[in-house]
Amino acid sequence: MRVILIDDEPLARSIVIEYLQSWPQLEVVQECNDGFEGIKAIMQFEPDLIFLDIQMPKINGFEMLELIDQPPAVIFTTAFDEYAIRAFEEYAVDYLLKPFSKQRFDKAIQKWLDQQQTSEAKQNTKLFIDNLQPSSSLKNERVVVKTGNKIKIIPVVDIIYLEADDDYVKIHTKEGSVLKNKTMSYFDHILQKDQFVRVHRSYIIKIEEIIRIDPYENGTHIAILKSGIKIPVSKTGYPKLKEVLGI
Amino acid sequence: MPQESSLLTLNKFIWVFFRSLLTCILLQFAILFWYGLSIETSLIDSTVSILLLSAACYLIVNNLKYYRPEKNRYLFMLTGCIILVALWLFVNNWILNSIITTDLHYSNFLYKSIPIRFFMGLLITILIAIMSILWYTQQDQKETEQRKADAEKLARDAELYNLRQQLQPHFLFNSLNSITALIGNRPEEARKMIHQLSDFLRGTLKKEDQQPVSLDEELQQLQLYLDIEKVRFGHRLSTEISFTEKCKLKLLPPMLLQPIVENAIKFGLYDTTGIVTISIFAECVENELHITVQNPYDPDTTRPKHGTGFGLSGVKRRLYLLFGRINLLKTSSDSHIFTTTIKIPQLD
Repeated sequence: MRVILIDDEPLARSIVIEYLQSWPQLEVVQECNDGFEGIKAIMQFEPDLIFLDIQMPKINGFEMLELIDQPPAVIFTTAFDEYAIRAFEEYAVDYLLKPFSKQRFDKAIQKWLDQQQTSEAKQNTKLFIDNLQPSSSLKNERVVVKTGNKIKIIPVVDIIYLEADDDYVKIHTKEGSVLKNKTMSYFDHILQKDQFVRVHRSYIIKIEEIIRIDPYENGTHIAILKSGIKIPVSKTGYPKLKEVLGI
Repeated sequence: MPQESSLLTLNKFIWVFFRSLLTCILLQFAILFWYGLSIETSLIDSTVSILLLSAACYLIVNNLKYYRPEKNRYLFMLTGCIILVALWLFVNNWILNSIITTDLHYSNFLYKSIPIRFFMGLLITILIAIMSILWYTQQDQKETEQRKADAEKLARDAELYNLRQQLQPHFLFNSLNSITALIGNRPEEARKMIHQLSDFLRGTLKKEDQQPVSLDEELQQLQLYLDIEKVRFGHRLSTEISFTEKCKLKLLPPMLLQPIVENAIKFGLYDTTGIVTISIFAECVENELHITVQNPYDPDTTRPKHGTGFGLSGVKRRLYLLFGRINLLKTSSDSHIFTTTIKIPQLD
C-alpha cells in the first residue's frame, strides 16, 4: 500500500519512516515539503494513506485537503494542542501529537487498517473536510482555490462579495472571480461578522464596499457597491445590514 | 487617565463652580443691600459683576490648562491677574452705569467702591489661579504615574506571554520531536540539542526581573534559539548576526528582541520554502542602540502588515511606555524582504 509523508521538517518525516519499518506492507512512495508538493504527489501516486502536518509553508494541511477532490485517508502529525485537534477526532482517521511514541503510532496504523476493511477511511476524510469549522487557533485570513492546475491564495481582505453558484460559491475580487467548492453558510460562518454581511440567500457582501442602499419593490432593497455592481438585499437581509451599519 | 473618570471630575468641578457662583452673588447682594441700595439695584449689581468675574476666572483656568508659569515666574502671573481684574472692573462699571440710570446715588457709590472691588476681584482671581495650577499639576502627576504603572504591567504581561510561548507551544514540542528522531541514528546530535534546549529554557526562566540586559547577553540567548531552529530546518536556515564591538555592552529591555526574531522566524522560515537567511544587525548611533532584523517572506501567501500581530504591536507599545516615543519601531518591506528596526535610547 502506498504512503505519502507531507511535513516541512525532514527530521519529523524521518521518525515516521523509522516507525514504518515494522510495517513492510506500507511503502513510502514520496516525501513532500509543503502542501503544493503534496497535491502533486497525491494526484500522481494516488496513495492509500498520507501523514500530514498542519502548519506548513504556502498552504496548511487543511487547505491542502480542501483542494483535493478524492482525498486519501489521513493521519495528522502535528504539534497543535490537543483541544484544537480533538474537535475533529471523529472524522479524521487519527492524529498523532508530536512527539509521539512507537506504540501510539502503531495504534493509529492498526486503526486505519481496520477501517480499510470496512472501506470507511476515504469517506471519512471527505466528511472531515466538509465539517471542518475553523477554530480560533486556525485563523481564517485567506481562502485557497484551485482553478485548473493553478492554486490561488486569496486574502480575505481582497474579497468584494460572494455569490452562490449551484454547488459552488463564486468569490469576487478586484482581479476577477473564482469558484470554491463550499457552501454559503460555510462562508457566512467563517467570515468576520463586522466586515461581511449575508444580505441575501445567495449573496454575502463586504460592508466597506457598499456606497448606497436603495429601496426596491416589496420591502427589498438594492445595495450598490463601489465598483457599481448592484446586489439584491432580501427582506431578512436588510435588518442585518442595518444592524451592522448602526442605522 | 481613563476618559470616564476625568469626565466625572469635570462634572463635579462644574457643579462646585455654579454653587460658588450663586453663593457669591447672594453674598454681594446682601452687602450692597446693607449699604442702603435698593433690592433691584443690589441684585443687578451683584449678578453682573459676579458673572463677569467668573468669566475672567474661566479665562484663567482655561489658560492654565495649556500654559503653566515656570518656577520664579509667578510675578508674571500676578501681573496677568491685575490686568484682567482692571479690565473686568472697567467693563463692569461701564455696563452697570448704562443699565442703572435712575439711581443718582448709585453712580457715586460705584465710583467710591472701585478700590474694594479691585482688591476683592484680585484676591479671588489669584486664589482661582493657584487652585487650578495645583489641580493641573496633580493631574499631570497622576498621568505620569499611570504611564509608569502601565509600562510595568505590560512588561510583565510580555514576560508571561513569552514564557507561555516558549514552554507550551509548537516550538517546544517540535524540538522534542526532532530529538526523538535524532536519538535513533544520531545520538550525539540528540544530546547536543537537549543541551541547547535546556540552556535556552533556563535563559528564558532566568529573566524574571525587569533589569535591562546587555546586547551581548541578549544575542547569546537568541543564538541558542536560532541554533535549535537550525536543527529542525538546518538544510535551509542560515543566520547572520553582526554588531559593532563598542555596542556589546549597550543595554536593552529584556524580552524585547525575542518576539521580533520569533516573528521573523514565523514569516521567514515557517511560511517559506527554499533557503532563507535571517539577519540581525546592531549598531550604535549617537546615544541610541539600533537593531535591525531582516527576514524573507513569501509575498504570495503573506502580506506584511505594518506593526501588527502581538509580537510587533506589543514591542512598539512597550517602547513607547518605556521611553515615551512612538518612533522607536519601524518596519518596511520590499518584494521579498521584511525589515524591522528598533531604536533603544541609552540612558547614561
